Amino acid sequence: MSDLDAVKTRILAEIEGASDLAALDDIRVAALGKKGEVSLMMRGLGKMSPDEKKVMGPALNGLKNDLNAAVETRKATLENEALDAALASETMDMSLPVGTASGTLHPVQQVMEEMAVIFSDMGFSVAEGPDIEDDFHNFTALNFPPGHPARDMHDTFFMVPDADGEKKVLRTHTSPVQIRTMIKEKPPIRIIAPGRTYRCDSDQTHTPMFHQVEGLVIDKNIHMGHLKGVLMDFVSAFFETDVDVQFRPHHFPFTEPSAEMDVRYERDGAAIKIGQGESWMEILGCGMVHPNVLRACGLDPDEYQGFAFGMGVDRLAMLKYGMPDLRDMFAADTRWLGHYGFDPLVQANLATGLS
Amino acid sequence: MKFTLSWLKRHLKTDATIEQVAEAMTLAGLEVEEIIDPAKSLSTFTIAHVKSAEKHPDADKLQVCQVETVDGMKQIVCGAPNARAGIAVAYAPLGAFIPGLDFSLDKKPRKIRGVESSGMMCSTKELELGEDHDGILELDPKDHAVGTPIVDALEMNDPVIDFEVTPNRPDWLGVNSIARDLAAVGLGELITPEIETIKGEFPCEQEIVIEDTDGCPAFVGRVIRGVKNGPSPQWLQDQLKAIGLRPISALVDITNYVTYDRARPLHFYDLDKVSGAITVRKGDKSLMLPKAKMPWPAEWFDALDDNQYGALESDIVIADASGILGLGGIVGGESTGVDEDTHNILIESAYFDPLTIRRSAKRLGVNSDAKYRFERGVDTGGLVDGAELATQMVLDICGGEASKIKIAGEIPPAPPAIEFDPAQVARLTSLDLHDDQMLMILTDLGFSVKQGDHWWVDVPSFRRDASEGADLVEEIVRIHGFHNLEAVSLPLLPGRREPTATLTQNRTRLARRALALRGLSEAVTWSFVLDEHAKAFDGGQPELALDNPISSDLNWMRPTALIHMLLAGQRSADRGYPGAALFELGPVFQGTAPDAQSLQLAGMRRVESGRDWAGAVEVTALTAKEDVLTALKAMGAATDNLMTMEAVGSYWHPGRSASLRLGPKNVLANFGELHPRVLKSLGIEGRVVAFEIAPDSIPAPRKKAATKAKAALALSDFMPVHRDFAFIVDESVPAGNIIKAAKGADKQLISDVTLFDVYRGKGVDDGQKSLAIDVTLSPTQDTLTDADIEAVSGKIIEKVMKAGGRLRG
Repeated sequence: MSDLDAVKTRILAEIEGASDLAALDDIRVAALGKKGEVSLMMRGLGKMSPDEKKVMGPALNGLKNDLNAAVETRKATLENEALDAALASETMDMSLPVGTASGTLHPVQQVMEEMAVIFSDMGFSVAEGPDIEDDFHNFTALNFPPGHPARDMHDTFFMVPDADGEKKVLRTHTSPVQIRTMIKEKPPIRIIAPGRTYRCDSDQTHTPMFHQVEGLVIDKNIHMGHLKGVLMDFVSAFFETDVDVQFRPHHFPFTEPSAEMDVRYERDGAAIKIGQGESWMEILGCGMVHPNVLRACGLDPDEYQGFAFGMGVDRLAMLKYGMPDLRDMFAADTRWLGHYGFDPLVQANLATGLS
Repeated sequence: MKFTLSWLKRHLKTDATIEQVAEAMTLAGLEVEEIIDPAKSLSTFTIAHVKSAEKHPDADKLQVCQVETVDGMKQIVCGAPNARAGIAVAYAPLGAFIPGLDFSLDKKPRKIRGVESSGMMCSTKELELGEDHDGILELDPKDHAVGTPIVDALEMNDPVIDFEVTPNRPDWLGVNSIARDLAAVGLGELITPEIETIKGEFPCEQEIVIEDTDGCPAFVGRVIRGVKNGPSPQWLQDQLKAIGLRPISALVDITNYVTYDRARPLHFYDLDKVSGAITVRKGDKSLMLPKAKMPWPAEWFDALDDNQYGALESDIVIADASGILGLGGIVGGESTGVDEDTHNILIESAYFDPLTIRRSAKRLGVNSDAKYRFERGVDTGGLVDGAELATQMVLDICGGEASKIKIAGEIPPAPPAIEFDPAQVARLTSLDLHDDQMLMILTDLGFSVKQGDHWWVDVPSFRRDASEGADLVEEIVRIHGFHNLEAVSLPLLPGRREPTATLTQNRTRLARRALALRGLSEAVTWSFVLDEHAKAFDGGQPELALDNPISSDLNWMRPTALIHMLLAGQRSADRGYPGAALFELGPVFQGTAPDAQSLQLAGMRRVESGRDWAGAVEVTALTAKEDVLTALKAMGAATDNLMTMEAVGSYWHPGRSASLRLGPKNVLANFGELHPRVLKSLGIEGRVVAFEIAPDSIPAPRKKAATKAKAALALSDFMPVHRDFAFIVDESVPAGNIIKAAKGADKQLISDVTLFDVYRGKGVDDGQKSLAIDVTLSPTQDTLTDADIEAVSGKIIEKVMKAGGRLRG
């Protein structure tokens, strides 16, 4: 037995001293290979007496297992050392700059999406219509009689006259979409109509092109209390804070009664804070759809009634997100877009918030 | 429309302050634009008496004054030449804000050339009360005690309200109607004085003939003899001045007063300058001068506003034997105007057709107080009353003797009565008002009501805007107050909710995000462009011209969204920010019909050499292709089936552009480099790649099945096999054709073909290239045998040969 102990001690020392994987394998073959020292000793078992076998069998097996385990351990160590040595030369400057450029989405589009989300929750679909309109849809059907002074207030852009002398217009509001919708669809109707609108006017708060969102609800029992409710629900959702509003009478040819809605605000230096303060700012016009408008669309005002509202998208965007000058909205200045634009991965929705 | 508080109080008995009046107006629908209250801005200024004035020891032009002020005796150094002992002045204490100088005085006395000065004595300009800056405001101390507020001393304590008159309420252009509405909301009692009928001492001998009865249905005239014209009384001058009108003479001031008091424009003629009958007719036949676009007037006159106007056939003129005297309802003429020598006058109180007035005044560019009222429609019930009120004022102020009233033509009848169901108020507004409340509001506003099942409501002649039940509902709710409306959230619609956005809205929402993630920023630019730019992009059709563009460089509807992005990109580069990459979703126009407008998703990248340690990514026409494919994929287009064909549009680079189509006719997108000549015509330097996508051309997905569940996933148990091929083709053969041919060799077995090398050079003849492809074979039935692979390889080679390729040896 003491021979075996000596063998074990010697080979273990050799394993421990192996300097690389090849040397280790040579040692393993010399000890445990087919003709290895331990293998030969095990072959000798056959010639032993049963008593001897009973002692030497387990001893030799134990020796073999111990040596195998030692080889595996040493092998793992040598492999790790080899990998560490290899990795020591595999370096990269991790401070090198990489490209992360992403563009932004335009605030007007963002705000129109926010509006669509809020109104969608109240059951409004999104409707659209052409930018170049005829007089009927932009004015006459909306109860602006030909020659009415209210037409002057619109600073209308006209197209050159056609062969019949008729001048089409660039729509001065998105209200013509109301007309197109009511002519095409039967109530109940709940739509919003966002889009480009045009008026011949330009200064810090007016641009010749701007955006409006029109709303229209027609059914048998829609009343002015609903109008007030919808708009109050809307402004608080849009500004993402409780907003105090004031409803006051106004005049629009296409609604009767007509109203304007103001929000409470205060000026803080150049900034405007919506929802607090002592001043009122007009943000939209609205009213119950005028019976003449319903009639122009083939609806009986004794059967159907409802409300309409319209608001300036760009102006609401400025109020919410703090852009100081309306004209910058349409200048496509890359620095402005980078600063006021929105992250493309953000989609306005009520579950995660609007922006 | 401007009016003063004191003017309002001639019609409304009230103790309300100017702020309360403004608040009540706002809530009744009279939108207040501004309150001008001199008492507020000048509240710190009071009368002081200068007791002594001595020359400043160290300054020739300065005086050291001892002044008795509301704050006690003060020493004030003053540079005004008229500063002297014995006058009353406007005193500003330390710290006061001086409106005309737009700054505040120091809070502590300051030394002026070594002499202490406490406060200031002001000129009218410094108080914003006038232009006089030669000296300080100077009053008689006998009339004005120390400490009297300056606004009281100057009788300037009458605040003014300026408000917006909506087109439906021309009656608000008279103070009496404002008072009526304010009385109805409970701000006070309506006390508009009754207008007395003056019988007249003699018949009105002036002949008045109306030929144009459409333009002028009625003309009420009256002669007053023996008037004495001169400056009008102080109260009248003050009222007019307070609202920004210049007092001229008693007679002119009276017409202006009635115009603002009752929204009743009047005209006074100097009767002695009128020759023969007064005729209201259309202008004489206009002349058509050779080459002129517009008709040329045959008749001209010198107007009271110092201009000369010509009348066309479409205008309403007032004429006598001598010719035109004026344009009815717009502007009177110099020849018969009243002046200080006028002794006999003819009063004109007429009704003119609003549309005619509006058209004529617009053409001539005249904006008079009379025109402003006539074009909105004056009260037909006020023709005689207006003449009577004016008569009374003339007799009171200028004396004289009035004739009887003469009415030429026919005064239009009162508006028709309205059959009104009072339940309509609750139906439209949900407000449940008592009949008596509604009745009172209507009566207060001048309507008269006969109650019954339905009400019959007589409409006053000054309220022609009210023509049906909804109008009365508005009146009732407006006066009751919109703040009393209860807000009710909209009830849910019954049934299941469908998505509320359209397919294109959803698609473009995703495409915009995909493009932004590729580094393009979204812009929104004008729908109109310069005509030459439109033409450069194959647009500029004549019908797309604007008749009245905002500026000469935005005069045509755009054929593409690219133009303003290109211009903006150049502007950015000029400012030192190169490499603009922009996109826009918006309308483009091929004609004026609704279906000639289409939605475009366009984008552009300026090709500007960036530098980067890893080698800058080069922007090429194929970058635009990546943009397009990313956007199309985001929109759910079947990008595998697209045909690459020539680009549509002359503005693309002939060799570096293409279109992607679904079938030969349906163009989904154009992309590539823009034509350098086109860029140059826009003033764009360098190269630009761009794309135009038509989101509406992408077919809708097949009709939704009943279930949203996807088809079962079939996974093959057999390993895919890869085979590489290299083909020699002519340079002119697009790689896409070779890939497509290889793919088509066995649609079952070949799951993918990728191009992994394009080689030109040694071993390949000039004018040819070698394309190396990797074909993936994905068996589903059985493991592929060598024979199977041989067979499909043969088919691939055969197909590619037909497409112009031969296997590279």
